[in-house]
Amino acid sequence: MAYTPKTPTRHGRSRSETKTPLSSSFFGSNNLADASNPFIVASRPASRAASPVKKSSTQVQASLKKQASVGLIRKGGVESRLDVVTRDYVPPPPKSEKRSRSQPSRDNRDRFITTRDPADEVAATLDLMSLNPESASPGHTARLAAATGVPLNRRILAYHEPPPAASSDPLMTQARELVRPLYARAGSASGSSSGSTGTKDRKISTSAQRVLDAPGMIDDFYLNLISWSSLNVVGIALGSSAYAWKAETGEVTLISEGPEDTYISSLDYSNDGQYLGIGYPNGAVELWDVETQQKLRTMAGHSAQVGVLSWNGHILSSGCQDGSIWHHDVRVARHKVMELLGHQGEVCGLKWRSDGELLASGGNDNVLNIWDGRVGDVGPSTPSSARWTKRNHTAAVKAVAWCPWQPALLASGGGTSDATVHIWNTTTGARLHSLVTPAQISSIQWSPHRKEFLTTHGYPTNAIMVHSYPSMDKVAEIKDAHDSRVLFSAISPNGELVCTAAGDENLKFWKIWEAPKMKKKEAKDSRKGSTAVGILGIR
Amino acid sequence: MAPTKQKQAPTRQAITLKGSTALVTEFFKFAANTVLFQRGVYPADDFQMVKKYGQTVLVTQDLALENYLEKILKQVNQWLLTGSITQLVLAIISKENRTPLERWVFDINLVEPPAATEGSQPAPAKPESDIQAEIRNILKQIVATVTFLPVIDEPTVFNILAYTKESADVPANEWVDTDPLAIEASKSQQVKLRSFSTDVHRIEAMVAYRYEG
Repeated sequence: MAYTPKTPTRHGRSRSETKTPLSSSFFGSNNLADASNPFIVASRPASRAASPVKKSSTQVQASLKKQASVGLIRKGGVESRLDVVTRDYVPPPPKSEKRSRSQPSRDNRDRFITTRDPADEVAATLDLMSLNPESASPGHTARLAAATGVPLNRRILAYHEPPPAASSDPLMTQARELVRPLYARAGSASGSSSGSTGTKDRKISTSAQRVLDAPGMIDDFYLNLISWSSLNVVGIALGSSAYAWKAETGEVTLISEGPEDTYISSLDYSNDGQYLGIGYPNGAVELWDVETQQKLRTMAGHSAQVGVLSWNGHILSSGCQDGSIWHHDVRVARHKVMELLGHQGEVCGLKWRSDGELLASGGNDNVLNIWDGRVGDVGPSTPSSARWTKRNHTAAVKAVAWCPWQPALLASGGGTSDATVHIWNTTTGARLHSLVTPAQISSIQWSPHRKEFLTTHGYPTNAIMVHSYPSMDKVAEIKDAHDSRVLFSAISPNGELVCTAAGDENLKFWKIWEAPKMKKKEAKDSRKGSTAVGILGIR
Repeated sequence: MAPTKQKQAPTRQAITLKGSTALVTEFFKFAANTVLFQRGVYPADDFQMVKKYGQTVLVTQDLALENYLEKILKQVNQWLLTGSITQLVLAIISKENRTPLERWVFDINLVEPPAATEGSQPAPAKPESDIQAEIRNILKQIVATVTFLPVIDEPTVFNILAYTKESADVPANEWVDTDPLAIEASKSQQVKLRSFSTDVHRIEAMVAYRYEG
């Protein structure tokens, strides 16, 4: 069968000629179409008689007319023009093919091409008609195209090389990171876990600067197991042993190794960093010399667990599970010089003010007491009453912290059901600010360099948050700082790093603030996103 | 059909095929640059403003990228001259899992010659200012599409695909057959943009983007 390609003009005229006496060429084409098109059956005999046009034309005409009115034209202009005429030498097309031709605007999908752009198909076929009359073996390719569903005469090409990557100049990428607008910043909106947190001007890395293993760390909210001495040594109690980690060298020393059946419940370095006080559940408070790593004395007497210790020069104060606070003068043999009874529940927070004037204590009875710091004026057996007693918290007050730049300010944080930080003026006793946080507050650290404070949280966020004072705005939040509740924290002597410990047996160091004087030195370190105090960065 | 168009010297009256292809290729260059900038495929500070089409457009200063585009567009120009290219697609795909996120589709059609029955008078040539205005509109529209296109957070790369005819002359070692990088039909939304035409070519623009839910 010789398939002669039809020239474009014929197509245009084909439709109009279905009703009129047919010209030979159209008739010829229609013959072949009839072979395929089940609708036009009657004209089959006519297909054989190519030459005696006139004779069969009338015969065909009538039936064709009927067919035309029923089948051909009803199918719609597109098909009658394209399908029947263009593909008249194409075997019965598969159903999907037919559908795609007749209803180009409807379901274009089929197994072969997922997105079939209808414009493309029509364009391709129009191209075929109008631009490419000399296509090689059109019949075969046309059938192939029909069978596969790929529009004829189209290749999809791509350049063999992949496009170049964006220039990776490290300085530029870092600069770009910093200027990237807030909505595009990873970590703020999308909440990615790595990266940094903070505002445009401040960036605090959300990953710890250093992580140390702390096996055996006890997951108890009421204990206080880490302390950072002024000599830059971190003391940590793991189980029944106390270790000292020198921050400068990274060296770990075992200070005390207690018996297996007990554990250390509290630990605190003295102000000069020479002595370490360790409290035990049996109520004993041990005094250790840091340099010689020798136990100097054991001060017994408490009837219950000593959960918290705080030094004030030569006075070591201990908070007990029975609610009492004892002052121990470590120089004299009769160490108990004073007792403060102000709590009904376990004393879990205890902090001396740096000038020794006041002592703040928080207990499991949700009470915050602020005591006069004078010791020994009254007899050891006379209980003194607190200068201020605050009952605003609705949960255990473990977090107490004195502000370094404004001595009268005290911050206190409540437990799970409270989760609020209250800022007090201890001179007047007034509550200055309150900040509700999403989680239990386990400790508070004020920054000596900026007007900010840091809170560590336990249940349920396990986060570390930095807030500005006095606006109480959230400066940064490090979500999921630990895998379990962040229970203990200590600030470095230079006020830049905060170390936190949790029951997940990790001791993590976080770079939060930067000391202004050391700015030039630290600028050399390639730290991501840390900012210097006083530089309102062009970020 | 295309090569037999008016071959007179490029005057203001008529535009030749060569002139038209040059215009179209240039348009592709600026459109590609605009898309790459707007969609953040390349960092924004790689781009510089240039005066073109009576407005400022952004063009990349990254030499590698510029050369890459140059090579591609040179070939596209060749294909335009022979009339073998039907579509040019700039696909933006995610860098990690190579899923197509957006497809910027530029259809290339040859303008139908005026029917001979109209008389021997050739149709008045389209003034260049008109063509420029149309191009300007498309570029402005591309910029405006960022208002509804989904935000792209992840790093992306782009790929330029050329849909050509079978008969096209393809330098074998430079261009390879590839898959269309199509977005699944159920997840793709399509928006037809404006088009422009010279006397010889008609370029239609469309953007298809991936949209879930």
